[in-house]
Amino acid sequence: MSEKLRLRFSKKGRAIYSSHLDLMRTMQRVFTRAGCALKYSEGFNPHPVISILLPLNLGCASECELMDFQLIGDADPAALPALLTSAMPEDVTALEVYPAVQKVKDLKWLRISGVFEYDTADPAAMRDGLQAFFAQEHIVITKKTKRGEDESDIAPAIREIGFTAGERCVRVSAVISAQEPTMNPKHLVAALSQKAPELVPDFEEFTRLEVYDARMKVFR
Amino acid sequence: MDERLKRILPRVQKPARYTGGEFNEIKKNKSQLDLRMAFCFPDTYEIGMSNVGMRILYSTINAMEGVWCERVFAPWDDMESEMRKNGIPLYALESGDPLSAFDAIGFSLGYEMAYPTVLNMLDLGGIPIRAEDRTELLPLVFAGGTSCCNPEPMSAFFDLMLLGEGEELDCELLELLRTAKKSGWTKPQFLKKAAEIPGVYVPSLYTVENNADGTVAAVTACGGAPDKVTKRIVTDFENSHFPANQIVPNTEIVHDRVNLELFRGCIRGCRFCQAGQVYRPVRARSSEKLVRQGIEALKATGYQEITLSSLSSSDYKALGELCDGLLDYCVPRSIGLALPSLRADNFSMDIVQRVQKVRKSGLTFAPEAGTQRLRDAINKNVREEDIMESCRVAFAGGWNNIKLYFMLGLPTETDEDVLGIAQIANDVLHCWRENAVNKNRGVRITISTSCFIPKPHTPFQWAPMVSRAEYLRRVNLLRSNLTARNVVYNWHDAETSEIECILSRGDRRVGDLIEEVWRSGGRLEAWSDFFRYDRWVSALEKCGLRAEFYTTRERGADEVMPWDHINMGVTKKHLRRELERAWQGELSPDCRHGCVGCGAGALNGGKCDV
Repeated sequence: MSEKLRLRFSKKGRAIYSSHLDLMRTMQRVFTRAGCALKYSEGFNPHPVISILLPLNLGCASECELMDFQLIGDADPAALPALLTSAMPEDVTALEVYPAVQKVKDLKWLRISGVFEYDTADPAAMRDGLQAFFAQEHIVITKKTKRGEDESDIAPAIREIGFTAGERCVRVSAVISAQEPTMNPKHLVAALSQKAPELVPDFEEFTRLEVYDARMKVFR
Repeated sequence: MDERLKRILPRVQKPARYTGGEFNEIKKNKSQLDLRMAFCFPDTYEIGMSNVGMRILYSTINAMEGVWCERVFAPWDDMESEMRKNGIPLYALESGDPLSAFDAIGFSLGYEMAYPTVLNMLDLGGIPIRAEDRTELLPLVFAGGTSCCNPEPMSAFFDLMLLGEGEELDCELLELLRTAKKSGWTKPQFLKKAAEIPGVYVPSLYTVENNADGTVAAVTACGGAPDKVTKRIVTDFENSHFPANQIVPNTEIVHDRVNLELFRGCIRGCRFCQAGQVYRPVRARSSEKLVRQGIEALKATGYQEITLSSLSSSDYKALGELCDGLLDYCVPRSIGLALPSLRADNFSMDIVQRVQKVRKSGLTFAPEAGTQRLRDAINKNVREEDIMESCRVAFAGGWNNIKLYFMLGLPTETDEDVLGIAQIANDVLHCWRENAVNKNRGVRITISTSCFIPKPHTPFQWAPMVSRAEYLRRVNLLRSNLTARNVVYNWHDAETSEIECILSRGDRRVGDLIEEVWRSGGRLEAWSDFFRYDRWVSALEKCGLRAEFYTTRERGADEVMPWDHINMGVTKKHLRRELERAWQGELSPDCRHGCVGCGAGALNGGKCDV
């Protein structure tokens, strides 16, 4: 039986508006189009065994999406990225394929970059405000959960965060918790609208740049 | 991407509908183009991308050098209001360019309820909705599709309308437009020339006179346009274009699979069925070719499902070979093969059992009417024994979910026919009790009725539609007789049917109605989410039109129909003969068992591939 492989791919531009479920469907088709037969589950209703490690929010771009899969038969991992990319929709690109060794549960931190767009507010003032706001020891926000609403402190889930002022925008760079707890970059803006509405940007976008384990070593 | 769009998309439902960028999307270099066409589908992305015709024409037109055909769909209401608020005009998915940047704007008309959507899309694109208000040659706004078989209700909005199949016709039209654009023709110059292309109807070249009672007195062609416009067909269907490299949407659509078209037309001649008449004559593609094309499309798209499409797949002569050929490829790859539109007979059940190897989803039959007398009157050649035998095989084979479709309000229908539907439901239930392999799993029998709409170019085009009150009376009669716990009854609302009837059988005056409905907020009227009957009622009143004139009025044998100058192949004489046979309760044979002389063969040099 072939080994479990891991694909690292990017998702940008127009592709960021496809949901996680849509992307799962697309990925199945990508392998078929590339002529790579995915291994199927053996249940009553067989489906390809693929899994995307950290589902990405709709509207968020990424340079480091990871997906595990198994093929029927052997394949040369080095040849796969080009082959898969040629079968992918616009703005989704296969970057590398390698044996999936590191365990998913070891995935801990995410580096993200973001742009907070301000149509009228002064970027420098906003930058200072944002820096001060996220320097607080506790940032308790209300999150909607399946059970209703929950109070939670997002400060421990932010390992580092920095802001620079740009033209009509403030750029944010941060390392946030990928799982346990899962920190959605949108919570950064949610925190602002709940606690510091004057700092809420007119528009924001985020890109995942890198994933790490608990000791901040790059996760592959 | 437009910066304004970037801000909107995260806020709207299913934004992937509005981005394009799918696999197999066709991109061309704008500097090397003579002509740009926007292929507009007056419904959402999920519906439009499921349309086989659109996929064929997108691929066919883009095969023309120097011509780029892009896709435009109707936005959902949240997207529309964001676009209007932010001043973003309706745009094509491939380039993101607004509708006004195109030379040719072609709409696909497949469903009458989408008519207000056409106007809304033009308006969202900044294009004047009425043909007379567009005095320049470009953009040329036109339509094609089945609903054009009665072009009159939408004739005020289009510069021209295309009848029949578009593979050849669309390209001929675009070639002429390319010449016109290059040579700087005026719009009237171009339209006069376009009317010479067989299958092109230029509404402005026809004058309609009405009688005092509102019926049509005469339609007169002018400027050299033909008295009758005859629809086009692809005569060599075997070798006509098949789009293997289909676009694969990034988001789920309604028919998210490869669609293999077995044949066009139908041998059956059901008297209520418009598709069965207007797609004639029958032309089939060989099973060897279909197997090859199916596999090619599966490889090119990566789809995990393929469906066979036609009006009546059981009538495809080589269905067994086709299924075997496809299953050889599909089974080892876990690709599903779906077979809709099967008739309830033994042969079909055998095929279904071979195909549905794993999952047993529900089975759907459409007896259409409750008694044999009425089924004969509508020429639906299905006997109750066939239905029962199919159910017996299905229940014995483990199925436990059967859906049965009927129409209420068919010509000559009596209460006895309505009660016959309840009888069939009981018989099917009884059949389950006798044949079920595992009774503990229970059974679900779903009966659905819709309100019959007499459609143009069918034998019932003269017939009245029943009133809403009468339809509801029959619904209640049936409902009170469907008492078994395992039988579920669904009925369609008659309000939509009534409006659909007006739009389908309307004349030129109905154009004002459509515009008024759009002006009073009608957008996606094909969706029950947005359809508002009272909007249509007040628009009718405002336009001085009476619904009954179009719906419940029986039309005389000599009445000039608003669509009589459109020749869809089947002759009016044949339709009338079939109506009279319906009144007598007489069956007509299907094309394979005897030609009834419908006339459609003439489109194909007298050949019918039955």
